[in-house]
Amino acid sequence: MITLLLIFFPLLAALLLLMVKGEQVKKIALGAAIIEFVISIFALTQFQYNANVQFEASYAWIRSLGITFHVGMDGISLLLVLLTTFLVPIIILTSFNTNYKNPAIFYSLILSMQMALIGVFVSLDGFLFYVFWELALIPIYFICLLWGGEDRAKITFKFFIYTLAGSLLMLLGLIYLYQHTEGTHSFNIDALYKAGQSLDAVHQGYVFVALFMAFAIKMPIFPFHTWQPDTYTTAPTTGTMLLSGIMLKMGTYGLIRWLLPVVPLGLDHWGNTAIILSVIGIVYASCIAIAQKDFKRLIAYSSIAHVGLISAGILAANVQGMQGAMVQMLSHGVNVVGLFFIVDIIQQRTGKRDFVSLGGIRNVNPQFAVLFLIVLLGSVALPLTNGFIGEFLLLNGLYQYSSWLAALAGLSVILGAVYMLRSYQSIMLGETNAVTSTFAPLSGNEKTVLVILCAAIIGFGIYPKPLLDIAEPAVTKLVEGVQTALGR
Amino acid sequence: MKALVLLSSLGLISLLAEIFSFKKLLYPFVLIGLVATFIFNLTDWNTNITYFKMMHYDNYAVAFTSVILVIAFLWFLMSESYFKEETSLTDHFALILFALAGTVIMVSYTNMTMLFLGIEILSISMYILAGSKKDDLGSNEAAFKYLIMGAFATGFLLFGITLIYGSTGSFDLTEISNFVTSHQGTVPSIFYAGVLLMLIGLSFKVSAAPFHFWAPDVYQGAPTVITAFMATIVKTAAFAAFLRLFSTSFASVNDTWVNIVWVMAALTLLVGNITAVMQTSTKRMLAYSSVAHAGYMLLALLAGNSYSSSAILFYTTAYSIGSIATFCILNIITNAKGNDTVDSFNGLGKSNPFLAFVMTVALLSLAGIPPTAGFFAKYYIFTAAFQSGFTGLVLIAIVASLVGVYYYFRIIIAMYFKESTDETITVKINHKILLITVAIAIIALGLFPDFIIRLL
Repeated sequence: MITLLLIFFPLLAALLLLMVKGEQVKKIALGAAIIEFVISIFALTQFQYNANVQFEASYAWIRSLGITFHVGMDGISLLLVLLTTFLVPIIILTSFNTNYKNPAIFYSLILSMQMALIGVFVSLDGFLFYVFWELALIPIYFICLLWGGEDRAKITFKFFIYTLAGSLLMLLGLIYLYQHTEGTHSFNIDALYKAGQSLDAVHQGYVFVALFMAFAIKMPIFPFHTWQPDTYTTAPTTGTMLLSGIMLKMGTYGLIRWLLPVVPLGLDHWGNTAIILSVIGIVYASCIAIAQKDFKRLIAYSSIAHVGLISAGILAANVQGMQGAMVQMLSHGVNVVGLFFIVDIIQQRTGKRDFVSLGGIRNVNPQFAVLFLIVLLGSVALPLTNGFIGEFLLLNGLYQYSSWLAALAGLSVILGAVYMLRSYQSIMLGETNAVTSTFAPLSGNEKTVLVILCAAIIGFGIYPKPLLDIAEPAVTKLVEGVQTALGR
Repeated sequence: MKALVLLSSLGLISLLAEIFSFKKLLYPFVLIGLVATFIFNLTDWNTNITYFKMMHYDNYAVAFTSVILVIAFLWFLMSESYFKEETSLTDHFALILFALAGTVIMVSYTNMTMLFLGIEILSISMYILAGSKKDDLGSNEAAFKYLIMGAFATGFLLFGITLIYGSTGSFDLTEISNFVTSHQGTVPSIFYAGVLLMLIGLSFKVSAAPFHFWAPDVYQGAPTVITAFMATIVKTAAFAAFLRLFSTSFASVNDTWVNIVWVMAALTLLVGNITAVMQTSTKRMLAYSSVAHAGYMLLALLAGNSYSSSAILFYTTAYSIGSIATFCILNIITNAKGNDTVDSFNGLGKSNPFLAFVMTVALLSLAGIPPTAGFFAKYYIFTAAFQSGFTGLVLIAIVASLVGVYYYFRIIIAMYFKESTDETITVKINHKILLITVAIAIIALGLFPDFIIRLL
């Protein structure tokens, strides 16, 4: 029941928002997002710390095809739902800085996107998962198209086609699995798991490729990343936050829930290739990030590097890697939203985001400098920040798989420090110039957002156990299942 | 059968309207008549009556007739002005209604002669209607081209029927099928020639490549409302007839035609979608998109399994509803701006958000994006084709739908991204009702497809 509420409350709010006129829209949207967050916290309090799927609801939907509206949450889903419900109000609050045209439609799209994202994370039916997966694409497409920057029509269109191509391959894979389910076919997740595991290794490999492509494009993993930097840069900051903070996790979640347990033998066959691609992506994106002159673009590339590490950790298919991925998904969500918000703050005030024209903001606004530094340290995974826990576990997991790959992936930590600290240096330190000398103090909203994010970064860096505990039983069960199937 | 009688009577009454001068009442009268026909048609559900070994009114026929009647009702809502602007009012009513009667025969025939009659009743009405804008060169060209190509196709069809009659001694679908199964290996070779000729004839009618060349010209030249009729109702009926023939009589000789239809489906998907990308005229683009959609439906025909008939039923419904909306909006835009280029949609998102919204929903549906009806239709067709092992073709269809997204989104981008010329466009009340209904139907069918697909 509570799962249904989590899915449909944002949709209802989105529809109601369309009828609101004027300045109230922002506040109502924020209120709705906060209520949604409270609902998810309530779900957390009711959550039993075991591996079972809870808050389950199942209704017949398309009966003649064995498609059900089947939703529920285990620890993995719950964590991602919490991430979504935590980030959406923050993202809405960050948008208070900017006056978007047609605010009713804008916020309504954000909330409908939230609905689709939560739907993706709680679906336990393949068809339903696919529908939510695609549904998430429509609001973000319009957010980017209507409120994006220069050349947006072309860029968002590339993004749309790219991800749609991946999705259609996934649909193909799902239909294939569906037709191998027993009896009158069914899209139920357990039936699909059974069908996938009953295939021989070669066919599991085909399904693996079809599904992996969809997730790889969404994350994105090298070499399917070409849509990402342009899209992140052109999208309005709110859209970029939604894309990088939450939507990207659809891909990594897909790997965990809809790939590894479905076709474990496919992992045997293709897993190594996929991990190598992820690791190449880490190094490649980090190197490109170093060469960037535009801060927003730099963060976009750093996001490719981070997500590469997450996917490598997941594909290593051991408990450390998977747990690391869970933590890192949350950390990356928080950190990247923080970073993009910082870009937004700088751009709002100075109109610039390239390193050459900025500098010395710390002298003008030390408060901002401290908050920026905390977010940045979280992002470069300094111990005692949230980023450290995740990266440590991920590298640990990857090391168990292959020490060489772990060593290469470990470069991301070093390279990450290089480009992040360098950008901090050129933006915040040095001489104050004409552009930055009038850097206005932070407004209340901005301060609130940054303080909440910094508190999350430090809080979970020091005491990550509550988060680790939520997902642990589910992760252990999932990994055990995969390893048994692989005979490891 | 009730539907056939009622529609024919409505057509005859329309002709009388000129004589007894109740022309003004005719439009509401026909709408009510369609509703009545729809209701009476439903009473035939599960009755399975065969009439004179000529027509078999099974659930397949009832379902397709119902869909056609619903689309026809929506079409009348869209085309009200079409019946007002011309001097010769009532013959248009009559021709449309006779065309509908033809479609009813096409979805229920069990005898090749009835197939031929149905197609001809439909086609001859359409030849005249395509040329109904008498002072317009394009319209005349369309009518002429349609007539020539249609006659050509009919020739193939008749020739095919003759050869099949010659080899099996029957026009009856089940008797032909029985003959083929009982004479395994000794069926005369002219029978196969007949099958292929009929395939060509029907491919002309559904505008499958490489027999699609007439379609873009005719669709572009004909008055937009008639184009909408051709793209929706004619196509639905033609596919229903196509499937009925190939799933009964020719199912056992599928070695003969499967490979050919495979190639045709692939060609139709690629040619239709890729050529649509290059069009600047929206109407011509929709014409090519209509060709492309025939390609998807060929997939279901090819699959030839338990999904096929409900897949085609759902696909034609989803596609027709989406097309009615796009053609209606195109018509409104063309009338307001004087041309039908993609640029004429510029800024519609600002100047008329309602039209832009419905257009977006319809285009998303045609492009096959969830949660619209078009998505489920494509999904269902893919499942059907996959089930019968046509994986390669499904992959081609996926590539084709990506290309499809490209040109459908061109309009969406024009509406929301390009600058507006700030002309206000007024939407008449009947169009508003139509568009709201259609937008709701597209989403409702996408969310709850079950009540249509479990019919067959």
